[in-house]
Amino acid sequence: MSEPINLKKFKNISRRELLKLTPVVALGVFAIPPLQTPLLKAGLGFSDWASGVLFRRGHLAPTFADAEVAPFEKFPINDYDVDDPEVDLTNWKLAVSGAVQKPGEYTLAQVQSLPKHTQNTRHVCVEGWDVIGNFGGARFSDFLKAVGADTTSRFVTVECADDYYESLDMATALHPQTLLCYEMYGKPLTREHGAPLRLTIPTKVGYKQAKYLTSLKVTDVLEKVGYWEDQGYSHFYGL
Amino acid sequence: MESHAVEIENPKTGETTEAVYEHPFIVRLCHWVNAISLFVLVGSGLQIFRAFPSFGAKIPQHDLINWPKSLAIGGWLGGALQWHLTFMWIYIASGLLYMGYQLFSGNYKQILFVPRDIPGVWPMVRHYFFFGPKPPAKEAYNPLQKHAYTSAIVLGVLSVLTGIAIWKPVQFSWLAWMMGGFHYARLWHFLIMWALIAFLFGHLVMVVLHGWNNFVSMFTGWKKDPEYRP
Repeated sequence: MSEPINLKKFKNISRRELLKLTPVVALGVFAIPPLQTPLLKAGLGFSDWASGVLFRRGHLAPTFADAEVAPFEKFPINDYDVDDPEVDLTNWKLAVSGAVQKPGEYTLAQVQSLPKHTQNTRHVCVEGWDVIGNFGGARFSDFLKAVGADTTSRFVTVECADDYYESLDMATALHPQTLLCYEMYGKPLTREHGAPLRLTIPTKVGYKQAKYLTSLKVTDVLEKVGYWEDQGYSHFYGL
Repeated sequence: MESHAVEIENPKTGETTEAVYEHPFIVRLCHWVNAISLFVLVGSGLQIFRAFPSFGAKIPQHDLINWPKSLAIGGWLGGALQWHLTFMWIYIASGLLYMGYQLFSGNYKQILFVPRDIPGVWPMVRHYFFFGPKPPAKEAYNPLQKHAYTSAIVLGVLSVLTGIAIWKPVQFSWLAWMMGGFHYARLWHFLIMWALIAFLFGHLVMVVLHGWNNFVSMFTGWKKDPEYRP
């Protein structure tokens, strides 16, 4: 042991060591009300950025055997407003606009003329529950190709009959498991599940998988992100 | 870093006391950043849990626990997710900095529970819980403490891994698979939180029992009148 030091010097050393911890106090900015909202928004934004980096175009979401699929009647029905926005199914059309070569209105028959894909995938809700379901429809990427979409655009936005709206990054829109879904369990979509057309995106959380689609736009600019996102949910929420 | 000691002389009374430098700066920094972030993560995590207070699929649809909103952070699911997805980065960063520092400085030897600590566990348990005699302190941390802190670090790592499995069950599907699937990952994440809370309870009881000098050492690094000699 070295030479004894006097108490005053020890107190000085201790104080210096204590002051080194001041960076911890910086976390207190989260407790300041006017700064809290932008800081949390930045934190969520960082998480979304990381999610975008972690997303792999070719990586498929797990698929499941038929025996693992939940019975149709047990598939939860979630909506933000109404179960049935009373879509006129006979005259329904999907309005396509934005950076596409063939804008206009598309019928369900036109969507169904594209190769059909069915998959047993997990639907994960932001709330924490999940359900494995059977979904059938056209690949979103096939539809985007059919309408001549500029796939270098950043986003695809959709609007719904229940005034819900959503947006999707182009990489996810082009993912092979992202479907314009018109069937569940081999039967046409029921009204509660989004008839006649909904999004099925097993690489995204449930609220991104909009139901009762009415229009679709390919764009570089988002005026609004999505119904829940605009209230504070994650913009990207990739699984 | 080897812990070092000084002798302190009080010029008025001429008395001398000893002090050891027990907690390096990075350890103290990470300790407090971790304490704050764990508090936020537990609070916001419980609010997230309130959105679906059960486990497994949403079949049957009944709640397992009704956790009170007053004991949660964020106000609603969206708010809680903002807190959780912000502070998880702070938690991960402080955890990585801590583990990196401990490893490269060699300071990990202070708290890492190793096989030769096993025989010392029972005497400490007997002392703490069954009024047994106090075993002599040979180093900064006794075998039971080492066990507790090593476990807490393992739990911390597991809390992050189970969290990633819930957050990214597609990109890290192998991680969710290793935990027994998405449902189990969520359950493990929840149980690990309670294990950390249990550790924290014991930790705080010990802090109270060991008094002021011990408490101050996590701020200044220096512990006066240590029970052991480095």
